[in-house]
Amino acid sequence: MQTEGPESDVVLSSRIRLARNLRGSPFPMLATPAQSQAVMEQLLDVAENGRLNGLGPLEIIRLSELTELEKLVLVEKHLISPNLANESRNGALILDQKEDVSVMVNEEDHLRIQCMRPGFQIREAWETASLIDDVFEEQIDYAFDEKHGFLTSCPTNVGTGIRASVMMHLPALVLTGQINRILSAVTQVGLAVRGLYGEGSEATGNLFQVSNQITLGQSEEEIIENLHQVARQMLEHERAARSKLLSDSRARIEDRVRRSFGILSHAAIMDSKEASQRLSDVRLGVHLGLLPQVNVKTLNELLVSTQPGFLQMTYGEALHPEQRDMTRADLIRDRLAISS
Amino acid sequence: MLCQECGKRPATLHFTKILNGEKTELHICESCARDKGEFIPGTQSGFSIHNLLSGLLDFEQHAGTGASKPPAVRCDSCGMTYSQFSKIGRFGCSDCYKHFGERLDPLLKRVHGNTTHVGKVPKRAGGKVKTKREIDRLKQEMQGRIENEDFESAAQLRDRIRELEKEMGGI
Ligand SMILES: [Zn+2]
Ligand SMILES: [Zn+2]
Repeated sequence: MQTEGPESDVVLSSRIRLARNLRGSPFPMLATPAQSQAVMEQLLDVAENGRLNGLGPLEIIRLSELTELEKLVLVEKHLISPNLANESRNGALILDQKEDVSVMVNEEDHLRIQCMRPGFQIREAWETASLIDDVFEEQIDYAFDEKHGFLTSCPTNVGTGIRASVMMHLPALVLTGQINRILSAVTQVGLAVRGLYGEGSEATGNLFQVSNQITLGQSEEEIIENLHQVARQMLEHERAARSKLLSDSRARIEDRVRRSFGILSHAAIMDSKEASQRLSDVRLGVHLGLLPQVNVKTLNELLVSTQPGFLQMTYGEALHPEQRDMTRADLIRDRLAISS
Repeated sequence: MLCQECGKRPATLHFTKILNGEKTELHICESCARDKGEFIPGTQSGFSIHNLLSGLLDFEQHAGTGASKPPAVRCDSCGMTYSQFSKIGRFGCSDCYKHFGERLDPLLKRVHGNTTHVGKVPKRAGGKVKTKREIDRLKQEMQGRIENEDFESAAQLRDRIRELEKEMGGI
C-alpha cells in the first residue's frame, strides 16, 4: 500500500478482518482434506464466477501452488497470516488488484475477509468489508446462531467475528517514555496492542497495531467507534509529544533523524532491525519537517520491500543473510537517492 | 480415518508439516498428538491468547463442583469433547456451540464480558432473529408504559407484538 490516507503522519493503515464459517462443515482444524477442499472450491466459486463484482478482476491463489518464499512475501505484505502460510492444506487467497481486499480461505476459519485502507479510515474499511461479507452471504449459508452470532473456531472471535485494527507509528511516545503508560491504559478499555509482525514479536520501528479484543456483546459499530476514539486519542498524544520534542530538544531530535537519514543513505550493510529503526527516525523527521527532501511514499514502500522474503523474491532466492543485508542497504540507498 | 500412530482412535487432527521444504501429512488422534508432543493448533508457544484460554477452560472444569467430575459432553457433529476443547481452546465445528451449551457462558463472559451477540445478522438466517429482537424491544417498551400507567399505548404495543409473533410462526 503506497498511497497515503488521512492522518498518515501517525496512522499508516486501517484494517478490518471478518471471520466467517460455512454451516455444516467442520472448522479447518478438524476438517479432513476432502472436506476442506470442498469448502475451498465452494468459496473460490463465489469469487471465480465474478459474483464478487464491484471489486474488479480478482486473483485467486491456491497456497499449495506457492513456494515457501512466495508465501513469506504474502505474509510480509499482510495479505495472509503466518498461520495460513504454515498450514496451507487447501488454503487459498482471493485478492483484488489493488491488494486492499484479501480473502483467506481455510485459515483458522473457513473464511477471513480482510479489508485494508491507507491512513486512519477504519470506518471506511468496515463498510467495504461488510459489503463483501454480504456478497458471500448471498451465495452460502453461514454458521450463525441467534445467541452467539457468527460461530468461529476460536471463542475469542465469536459474535461479530470482527477484528478492527489500526497501525500506528508512535516514535515520540517511545522516545519520551510515555508509551508504556499509554499502552496499559489502552489495554484496559478492551483493546490489544502488538508489534508490527503479529503475536509476540516486539514492536520494530515503533509501529504498533491497536485492535479490539471483544467480539461478543458489542455491535460492529460500537467496536469500531471504541477503537476509533482510542486511536484518535493516541494520535493526539503522539502529535503532542512530537511538538514537545521539537520545542524542547530540537537540536537533539534533528541530529537523530539526520544521522539516521545519513546512515540509510550511505551504509553498505543494513540488517532488518536497524533498517526499521532508522526508517522510523526518518519517517518522524519527515513529519516534523526536518527532512523535506524525503518522500513518505518511498518510506512506505521500503517498509515492505526491505523485509527478508520480499528482498529475496526481488533479488534471487539464494541470498544468504550477509548478502541480504548488503542488498537491503543498496536498495535503501537507491530509493532514498531517487526520491530526494 | 484412523490415527496413523495408534491405529485405534479416530484421527481428529490433520496437519501438513513443512520442514526444510519437505511436506508431510499427519493424521492423528489428540491423545497421540499429546504423547508425541506434536504441534497442536492453539497450543503453539507464543500464541498466548489460546494458552490463556485453555488455562481459563481448565479452571472452569476443575472449579465447578469440587471433586465430582462433570459428565463428558461431546459434540455429536464433529466428535469434539468438552475436555478436548478446553485443552485446545478451539471448537471443532459450529455445532459445538450448541452441544456445549450453557457451559460456555462463564468462559464467554470472561473473554468478552458478555454472552449474547448484538451485532450484524446475516440476511438468510436473519429474518427471524431481527423479528425476535424487535419483539424483545417492544416488550420492554410496553413494560415501561404499563409502569407509567399509559395503558392505551401499552395495548397498542401488545397488539403489535402479537402480530410479529404470528409472523414468526406463532409462539
Ligand atoms: Zn492415536
Ligand atoms: Zn463440533
